[in-house]
Amino acid sequence: MPSRSALRPLLRFVKLQLASSQPQRYFSSTVLKAESPSQPTNHERTTHFGFETVAEAEKEARVAGVFSNVASSYDTMNDFMSLGIHRLWKDHFVRSINPGISSTSPSTGWKMLDIAGGTGDIAFRLLDHCTNINNSPQSTITISDINPSMLAEGQKRSLQTSYANSPRLDFLVANAEHLDTVPSNSVDLYTVAFGIRNFTNKEQALREAYRVLKPGGLFACLEFSGVTNPLLDAMYKRWSFGVIPLIGQLVAADRASYQYLVESIEKFPKQQQFRDMIRDAGFMVPGKGWEDLTGGIAAIHKGIKPVEKS
Amino acid sequence: MAVFLRQHSVRAALPRELLTTCTLSLNSRRFSVLNRPAPNYPGHVPLTRIEKAGLAIGSAVMSLLNPYRGDLIASLGEATATPYFIYRLRDAMLSDPTGRRILRDRPRLSSKTLSIDYLRSLPDNTVGWAYADWLDREGVSADTRSEVQYIDDEECAYVMQRYRECHDFFHALTGLPIVVEGEVALKAFEFANTLLPMTGLSVFALTRMKPAERKRFFTIYGPWAVKNGLGSKEVINVYWEEQFERDAGELRTELGIEKPVDLRDIRKKERARRKVERDAKKNAHNGYP
Repeated sequence: MPSRSALRPLLRFVKLQLASSQPQRYFSSTVLKAESPSQPTNHERTTHFGFETVAEAEKEARVAGVFSNVASSYDTMNDFMSLGIHRLWKDHFVRSINPGISSTSPSTGWKMLDIAGGTGDIAFRLLDHCTNINNSPQSTITISDINPSMLAEGQKRSLQTSYANSPRLDFLVANAEHLDTVPSNSVDLYTVAFGIRNFTNKEQALREAYRVLKPGGLFACLEFSGVTNPLLDAMYKRWSFGVIPLIGQLVAADRASYQYLVESIEKFPKQQQFRDMIRDAGFMVPGKGWEDLTGGIAAIHKGIKPVEKS
Repeated sequence: MAVFLRQHSVRAALPRELLTTCTLSLNSRRFSVLNRPAPNYPGHVPLTRIEKAGLAIGSAVMSLLNPYRGDLIASLGEATATPYFIYRLRDAMLSDPTGRRILRDRPRLSSKTLSIDYLRSLPDNTVGWAYADWLDREGVSADTRSEVQYIDDEECAYVMQRYRECHDFFHALTGLPIVVEGEVALKAFEFANTLLPMTGLSVFALTRMKPAERKRFFTIYGPWAVKNGLGSKEVINVYWEEQFERDAGELRTELGIEKPVDLRDIRKKERARRKVERDAKKNAHNGYP
């Protein structure tokens, strides 16, 4: 796996755009030869891309390549990989946030920001919860993603909802580490679901989250985490490293992207460590600081931006 | 499948032929998905037996449902090539002087190494011209085939890659087109000649073909494939890079292959005949208000 070029998904995406000029061939497989990724030099800052060590500047491009490739089959693959359980996780995540709640009725709307929310899974659930459960038609959401393909997929999906061309929903291409167009102290809710694992600099992203949230605002993160039960962990790891890349190959024609996915889950800080990172960014983390889902396969982390003492 | 023999004494007692055929399997040790061994060549992904079986079954099912997924055909080929078949093919190469030269030189056939303009410029009875003409007629280019990933032995991985890259040359030699019918006929020929399981399994694509096409396969192309595949020399041993200027008919005679009936011609005639019948029916109907 370390020797496998992960730039290939990026080049394959480009090739797909050009492929329509060639006639379709049965039984034949052809791929553009990708150049091998550059090795980080000694004085460059490095980070991890799955189990590979890469220069920091390179990670963003390679993650972009992975997600451009998986955009269209994202939900199908999610269903296969989690056996549909990801839907339950996302439902529970949104319910536990209870967005749109307010002391007035109809409520003064929440201003929400969903980071790495490309395909819109969380955003649509949040809006539905606001509208239908908390009577908050004034709540709005911005879906932000660094990858235009994922965002395009989200825009396509939004056409099936009632929010499609309404002022309640808008889309933003942005890097979570530099949310330049989002003013400080402006959002009530900042969510990131299954995204922060892919960020080059998680601490920077957490600091940006802290900046854009209003005092009293909620930071909520749904992410893969450490399985607590050793037996479940053993089975889960074998599922992750054996079955998931295989499904990626069969369904999405891309083993490398899904190998990256399971490696990045492995490398991501587990519950306690991540909670400490959230605290270090300045958030107030009440109680234990996280909630395990399905035995710790996923976990919900929350933090509140403290109100400044006057 | 790794033939896992713990005791050296047992290995020593085996006949040499069996040892040669199962060479690498004896050296590989069982591993789990959590501690894969280092790759044997760039791009190598060592798979456990269960993963290989899963890949074989999944590829077979998915590629039957969607025959455009050439990458699944490739992985099906790799997953089913061991334990015996790819070793047999490699040994077939080792038994032939040209095959041995190919294994030593390791030439690659791709859009980078082939100059189509040069091949087009050759006289029209040559192998090179036949190849360039076939590419033009079918409207395809000399593709860069995907790399072999799942075969553990490095030399066998090259044999698989060579087989994959020669596929279009087999097309040119036999004149079969790229439509499903032509591909299935060629796969049947390849199965009879190379014995790779994937080529045999590809014949299941017959289930997706029209009845007329299936009938043509069973009456014309199937028998042709079996007769020529079994009767000819191993096509994997052809050093294509050296054959470009050779007369195509001479190469075919040397290998023992006869060109089948032109499939595109038959299909064109069939289409014309059906059109005439349809028009006749329409005119007959128009006679009755």
